[in-house]
Amino acid sequence: MSPATPWTIAGVREALQAKKISARELAREFYTQIDRRNPELNAFLTLCPERAYAQADRVDASMAQGRALEPLAGVPVAIKDVLSTRGVRTTCGSKILENYMPAYDATAIERLEGAGAVILGKTNCDEFAMGSSNENSAYGAVRNPIARDRVPGGSSGGSAAAVAAGLSVVALGTDTGGSIRQPGAYCGIPATMPTYGRVSRYGLIAFASSLDRIGPFATNITDVATVMAVIAGHDSNDSTSAALAVPNYADEIESPVQGLRIGVPEDYFGEGIDSEVKAKVQAGIALLEKLGCKRVPLHMPHTDYAIATYYIVATAEASSNLARYDGVRYGLRVPGATLMEMYRKTRERGFGPEVKRRIMLGTYALSSGYYDAYYLRAQKVRALIAQDFSNAFQKVDAIITPTTPTPAFKLGEKTADPLQMYLADIYTVTGSLAGVPGISIPCGKTKAGLPVGMQIFGPHFGEARILQLARAFEKADGFTI
Amino acid sequence: MKISREDVLRVAELAHLELSPDEVELYRGQLDEILSYIGKLQELDVSHVEPMTQTIPGDLAATHLEAPVSVGSQSDRSGSSEPNLRDDIIAPCNIGDEVLAQAPDAVKPFFRVPKVIER
Repeated sequence: MSPATPWTIAGVREALQAKKISARELAREFYTQIDRRNPELNAFLTLCPERAYAQADRVDASMAQGRALEPLAGVPVAIKDVLSTRGVRTTCGSKILENYMPAYDATAIERLEGAGAVILGKTNCDEFAMGSSNENSAYGAVRNPIARDRVPGGSSGGSAAAVAAGLSVVALGTDTGGSIRQPGAYCGIPATMPTYGRVSRYGLIAFASSLDRIGPFATNITDVATVMAVIAGHDSNDSTSAALAVPNYADEIESPVQGLRIGVPEDYFGEGIDSEVKAKVQAGIALLEKLGCKRVPLHMPHTDYAIATYYIVATAEASSNLARYDGVRYGLRVPGATLMEMYRKTRERGFGPEVKRRIMLGTYALSSGYYDAYYLRAQKVRALIAQDFSNAFQKVDAIITPTTPTPAFKLGEKTADPLQMYLADIYTVTGSLAGVPGISIPCGKTKAGLPVGMQIFGPHFGEARILQLARAFEKADGFTI
Repeated sequence: MKISREDVLRVAELAHLELSPDEVELYRGQLDEILSYIGKLQELDVSHVEPMTQTIPGDLAATHLEAPVSVGSQSDRSGSSEPNLRDDIIAPCNIGDEVLAQAPDAVKPFFRVPKVIER
């Protein structure tokens, strides 16, 4: 395995079928790489070799019996450490859950393993998925494998770094305001946020329930389509999951893109965008036009209000969701003379600075006297932002934007200034608030060699459409434009 | 909008967070800056806008969300604006011991905490 030719799902399948390697040997090969590179990258927090080898042996035994391979048979995967894995430590990047062992598997995990995937371990992330650089993890920052002095993005930084470094074939992350797409852009790999309701969130430890989504990282679009087909679909354990048939993504992504209308909102190319990022994304759009797409200029007037809206809605929901960490049922407990003292000491010691900051911001926004001015107003502006998207999708099939205003920034560069860190999500939070699907795909590199991400938004449940555009872009060598 | 020390202490109390004096000062400044930025939401006229309470629009939600899953379901309301509730079906859930094993202080079948009720 060389970095130039990473393993793909199809590659694993062929190698297994040709008996070039067994699922167990493949898992061992990945663990060897992880042992070698993880001390520097810090992408994995917990490895679960026992579980991985048991699953690999199951795949090998099934093959030996002549059974057909499952869609992800033997494929090594990494899982962001906010998804519950039965009996495997799940920390959310927080000290408050340092030794937490979930009693059940998240539905997405169950579906991956049901399709033959081999879960190697749990990946580092910003504490409770709150952050844009992975520097808010209680277990140390992750390094960007493309540029080691830079952040991998966040909050799913460990999952993005693992795939980009070849330490897993695919990975799951979660996206609340950009936490899949932004690290995908910074690490130079495709990163997908499905429609709200497309993938069950049962077993996902909640940050902001009206925004949280689960989605895949991969090195190519065909692998994205394969993973999406496995994890998407209704789940009776998640009342927000959609009971809508899952398309055959692998077939649909090969459809021609000629005649598709791509909207380009001027609002995403204004003040604050890095000139090289802008030039690359514009070159990407020109390539799609060359492939026969019709460019439609758009104006999405409420884009500029998305960060302010997001940081009210998301923190308000977080302040409620994180109230459960009180030292009673699981996780850390710091003893106190009274129940209240125990709560306060536990939360003081267990939560890191960003989590406390967001809990306080959200509590403030929901508190008596401020609810109307902040939370209610944010919910109204959220409706306007969603309206921008539904108006746009009357005219276009997909929307193309940069994923981030700049390439990956340096470790430590923004840690002292939370507001500057929040602004790194300026192009991704809009789609989060609107509930639409989005993907970040590689779109060349800057002169300094840093990956640039191009984002494609589609209408609700339009994953096949955005993957189809991404696949056409990939086939036309857009990733290295 | 200026956030005072007292505001920070009031919010910390509501959120059950114990803060050191340094943290109070740090968060006062940061919350002040973030809330000033968020103040830009006041620029918009939202007097005729309904707040967004569902991430997926109503018409999509009515068709796609939480379809009936059981045989003989009485909750087939697809297409109506009524919320689609699933049937209340009893299913076994035998993870009580595993759940209690995660508790910092458990005396089966209870979680033990400092005394709550004074008499």
